[in-house]
Order: sequence, then structure tokens, then C-alpha cells
Amino acid sequence: MRVSLFVTCLGDRFFANAAADAVRLLRSLDVEVDFPKDQTCCGQPAWNAGDVPEALRMATHTAEVFADADYVVLPSGSCTAMLRCTYPRLLEAPAVAERSYELAEFIVDVLEVTELGRGLEGRRLAYHHGCHALRELGLETQPVRLLESAGAGVVPWEMDQECCGFGGLFSVKNPEVSVAMADRKLDTLPDVETVVSADGGCLLQLDGRARHRGLPIRFKSLASVLWEARRGGS
Amino acid sequence: MEVHSGDYRARARRIIEETPEVREAVTAATRTFVEHRLEAFADLDEDALSHWAERVKSHALTHLADYLEEAEARLVERGAHVHWAESASDVHRILERIVRDNGVKKVVKAKSMLSEEVGLNPFLESCGVEVLETDLGEYIIQLFDEPPSHIVGPSIHRSLDDIRAIFHERLGTPRDASPERLAAAARELLRNAFLTAEMGISGGNFLVAETGSIALIENEGNIRLATSVPRIHVALIGIEKVLPKWDDLSIFLQVTAKSATGQPVGCFVSIIQGPGGSAAGEPDGPEELHVVLVDNGRSRLLADPEVWEALRCVRCGACLNICPVYRQTGGHAYGYVYSGPIGAILAPGLVGLEETLPLPFASTHCGACKDVCPVRIPIPDLLHVWRKRAVERGLTSGVERSVLGLWASVVTRPALFGLAEKVAGLIPDQVVRHLPMLREWSAGRELPRATGRTFRELWDEGIE
Repeated sequence: MRVSLFVTCLGDRFFANAAADAVRLLRSLDVEVDFPKDQTCCGQPAWNAGDVPEALRMATHTAEVFADADYVVLPSGSCTAMLRCTYPRLLEAPAVAERSYELAEFIVDVLEVTELGRGLEGRRLAYHHGCHALRELGLETQPVRLLESAGAGVVPWEMDQECCGFGGLFSVKNPEVSVAMADRKLDTLPDVETVVSADGGCLLQLDGRARHRGLPIRFKSLASVLWEARRGGS
Repeated sequence: MEVHSGDYRARARRIIEETPEVREAVTAATRTFVEHRLEAFADLDEDALSHWAERVKSHALTHLADYLEEAEARLVERGAHVHWAESASDVHRILERIVRDNGVKKVVKAKSMLSEEVGLNPFLESCGVEVLETDLGEYIIQLFDEPPSHIVGPSIHRSLDDIRAIFHERLGTPRDASPERLAAAARELLRNAFLTAEMGISGGNFLVAETGSIALIENEGNIRLATSVPRIHVALIGIEKVLPKWDDLSIFLQVTAKSATGQPVGCFVSIIQGPGGSAAGEPDGPEELHVVLVDNGRSRLLADPEVWEALRCVRCGACLNICPVYRQTGGHAYGYVYSGPIGAILAPGLVGLEETLPLPFASTHCGACKDVCPVRIPIPDLLHVWRKRAVERGLTSGVERSVLGLWASVVTRPALFGLAEKVAGLIPDQVVRHLPMLREWSAGRELPRATGRTFRELWDEGIE
């Protein structure tokens, strides 16, 4: 099986190691990974801002880049939602839409793998559900299942499905509300060593706020933690 | 009421920084509403109910003129006066006339968001009429002289201590009075008002066309009193509140109460179909019933094929309760009578987009509101329509448009994108922190940690 990795613009710049872990993980599951070099940004920032023409330019570019891919796998829930749920509203024939999967979703739903290894034995984690992953993709059980089957305790968190306050441009246009939302997440967090999420934007937001407050919480991409699950140890 | 939505960010900041207890009070209250709502729907097929409710409301809205005329005919048959108000000032003129013709000096009011929308209280006061809100939450905010901060719980932003303090000052209750004591003090004052007011004003949750029935949901009994004890009852009803059939009503009463507070149905439901008194052969009830059917921007919204679905709203407030943005500030940040997700799509439709920006942007697009709407209003999609129009009409910030345009140009040229990433990586954090937009990020958050190399570079080196 062959997949094209869409690392996403945030992933390329800020989560390069996590994306590399996604490649290692997929290869360890006998998946051949390629990386179309012309890929850039899916266009979600422009779409959310209401700038449909600019979003269309970026969506057109991305659809062309991945035109020949059997599967497009993204280490990002919200970018996957952009491809799957929004591209059909922007593009006439977005074949890429139905072939795009978030990483954990691809592993569980397409590869039908639910146990990666036991590399997370004894770890106490919290899982933050990105809004678009949860509500647009319906990605709820897959990541948690993979973490738990690797031995991790995913600690219940009353606010695990509430928005972190990132929202793309929202975070800089309404910074006070955005930060208050991050605080609500952080202030309700159970005693865990690491918060895991499939969404880079949420991780930047929560990690940025936690470090600003001097909170000793680690934030990690789902891709990296799943690779730990597979490979063993951290 | 006046619209102050343009100050959304400044208002939100003030609330968060200067009155942090508002965030706590609103979060606690809305989370309780959400829990109760979940329990209320636990044993029901919520999906089937909301699909049905959506269809009935959409049908009513697409046949609105017919159903409104049917409702009017039924009401007039039973002796009610029906008035049509196109605007807030029409409502004022109609009320002024009723007040003058009847020498009204005192009005008791049942909770009505529409009366807030058309600024009724200040208008009546300017006519020399004393107006008393009789819903406890509305009474509290009337004492504070502030607008409601929530559709269902108008005073949820106020803590018990706030309320103790103002009751102590205005009603002389002890500084540490229990909630029961506070309610009793308000009740005593309001009971007297019910008996002495010449007129009661209510809203209307639903108006059934088939029977000409006005339905009102409440928990305190004040609506029952305000609509039956005074000599005159005036009901202000938005034209979108019409339901076709009597049989539709029972389900809507339940769906609305469950969505709003998680109650199976409101503690009191009043059904009003005409005046009382000897002429009508009814021993009880007001001698005169005036029904004011209010447009105030609704027809314009209905004619707009991209956003008309917002008119299905039954004002349950479920989207406010679930909204993490709303929870940080309560409704006052929005500067409009309807706040939260529904406010952000109604405001530009009823008032105008330019006047109510940036409300459609006061959302992270998290989508939680869509899942709880009992009439399946696609709120995130409608927010997006207003955002799109703001961009098309050149109403968004020039900096933002330039940044997005530049970004699109860069990312559709892969070579340039790679170069831009390299350049961006070279700018020191001390500089990044002061760039437009990123400066706003850095005020309360650290910049992302640089990972050194991009994934592109790692890939080229070979991933082992």
C-alpha cells in the first residue's frame, strides 16, 4: 500500500520531527510513503477568514499536487477536515477529498490496525480532541484506542472535547478570549505527564499558553506518541 | 436597543480582565444547562426530533404570509387586536397609542427578548410609564440597569454576591440573605405591581396559525400573572414564531424546554387565544388583548437564500451554553441583544453586516453549536457566509487581506514556499514577537519552539 504524506504547513515548520515519526510509523506498518514536494498549505486559513477566492487558489494547488495519490495521510485533523469536508464545496471534482485521512484514522479505519505495540506502558496521558477532527471527521475513538492498546492510561478530562481557543486567525484577532479558552483547558487538566493531540494548531496554542504560565506540562503530537507506542520507550 | 458589536474585542477584554467573576459565573451556569440538556434528551431520539422540528419550522417560514394571516384571522375572531410592526419605531408607535388611549401608568413585563431588541423599556419610560420586569432574572438586570447576557438566563453573569449587594441597597434585604429570601423580597414587590399595573407586556414563544394560540413558556408564574391580571395584555411576537398546527405545539414546547434548561417542559405553559372579560364570555383574563407581529429585519433575512435558516431559531440558548467563546465573557461582549453563536448570525441579518462586525468572526468555528441546535440551524456555515460577505465587501482589515493574499501567492508557488520557510526560520524570535498579528499571539503565549529543520529538509536527508 502506498500513501502520500501531506505534512501541512504547520507540520512542516513546527512539527517536523512528529511528521518524520508519522513516516516511520507508516513504514513500520508496511506502508510505502511518498512526499510530493510541491505541497504547501491546504488553504484553511483563508477559508476560515472568509476569503473564498484565496482558499480556492490553495485548494486547487493542493488537489493538483495530490491528484495521483492513492491515499493522502495527514498528521492533522483540521487539515484533513478541510480536504474532506470543505474541498467538495470549493472544487468541482475533488477526488482528493474522499482519499484523505488523518493518521490515526488511516491506521484504524483503513489499515484496520488497532494495536501498534506496548510502548506506552504505564504512561498517563490526556487527549485533546481537535474540533474539526471530532465534529467534521467524527474522529473520536480511533486515537484513544491506539493509545490505550499500547498501554497508556488516557485520563478522563472533562474539557477534552472543548475548543482550545486557537481557531486560526481567531487566536490573534481575539487574543484575550483565545487565551481565556486555553486557560480553561489547562485549569481543568487532570494530573498527567503529557497532553496529546492530532492537531498542531491546538498544540501550539496550549503549549504556548502553558509555557507562558510556567506550567510543567508537555504537549506532543499524536504521530510522535503513536510512534513511541510502536517502537517502545520514549 | 443600540448595537455596540463593533467593540466586541474591547468589551470581551474588559470583561475578562476587569470582572473575572463573570467568566466563572457564566461557565458554571452554562455547563449546568448543558448537563441538564444531555439528561433531558438521554432517552429520546434527539436526531429524529430535531429533523422533524427543522422541517416544521422551514415549512412555516416558507409559507409565512399564509400562516400569519391565518393566525391573525383566528385572533381577530376572538376579539384580539392584531397590529403589524415593520420596525422598532412601529412597535413604539403602536405601544404609545395603547398607553395613551388607556391612560397606562404602570406596566408589568414578562421576559421578552423581542422587547429588548426593539428597545421597548426606555421608550415606555420616555412616555412617562413605569416599567417593571417580573421575571426574576430580568428584574435583577433591571436593577443593575444592564441588558440581558443570555437568552434564557438574562442575569447568569451575576454572582449571588452581586445580587445580595444590589438587593440590600435597593430592597433592604440583609447583606447575607439566602437566595430564597432574595426571591421572596422580589416576589413581594412584584405581587403588588401585578395588582396595580394597568398593562402587562409579554413576548411569545410560539404562535399557532391554526388556532390563533400564543404559547408562553416560563418557570416562575410571572408570565401567567402579567398576561392575565392587568386590564390590558400586549404580546410582542416575531413573525418567525409561527407554527402551522396545534399538534405541532406540544412537541415544540418540549424540545424548547429540554434544549434550554433540560426540563421536560416549562413549569408553566400559558396558551392565550383572546381577551377575557364579560364580552368574551371568559370570567378571567385581560379585557383587551393586543398582538403585535414584529418584522424588524426578519423579512429581509427570510429573503436571503444563504442565511434565512437562522430564522428557525426557537431562542433556547443551547448554542450559547455549549459555546466556549461565549463562556469566557457572557453576552455583554457581543453588544447586541442576541449573543453567542445565534447572535453572531442573527445580528448581521437583522441589523446589517457592517454594523455588527466582527461578530461573525467571534467564533473559533469549533462547530459545537451545530450539534445542539434543536432545529438544525447550520450555524458554522452561516457564520462562514457572513465572513465571506465581509471579505467580498472589503470590510475586513487591510493587513489581514494582504497577509492572506501574500500567503496564497507563496503557497501556490512551491519553490517560493520553501524559500519563505527558510527566511522565516532566520528571523529571530525577538523580531517575530513584534510583527503584526504575532504581537497579539505573544502577549499571552510563547512563540512555538523552533524545531531547527523543516520536515522537507528531514525528508531530503532521509528518514530512518
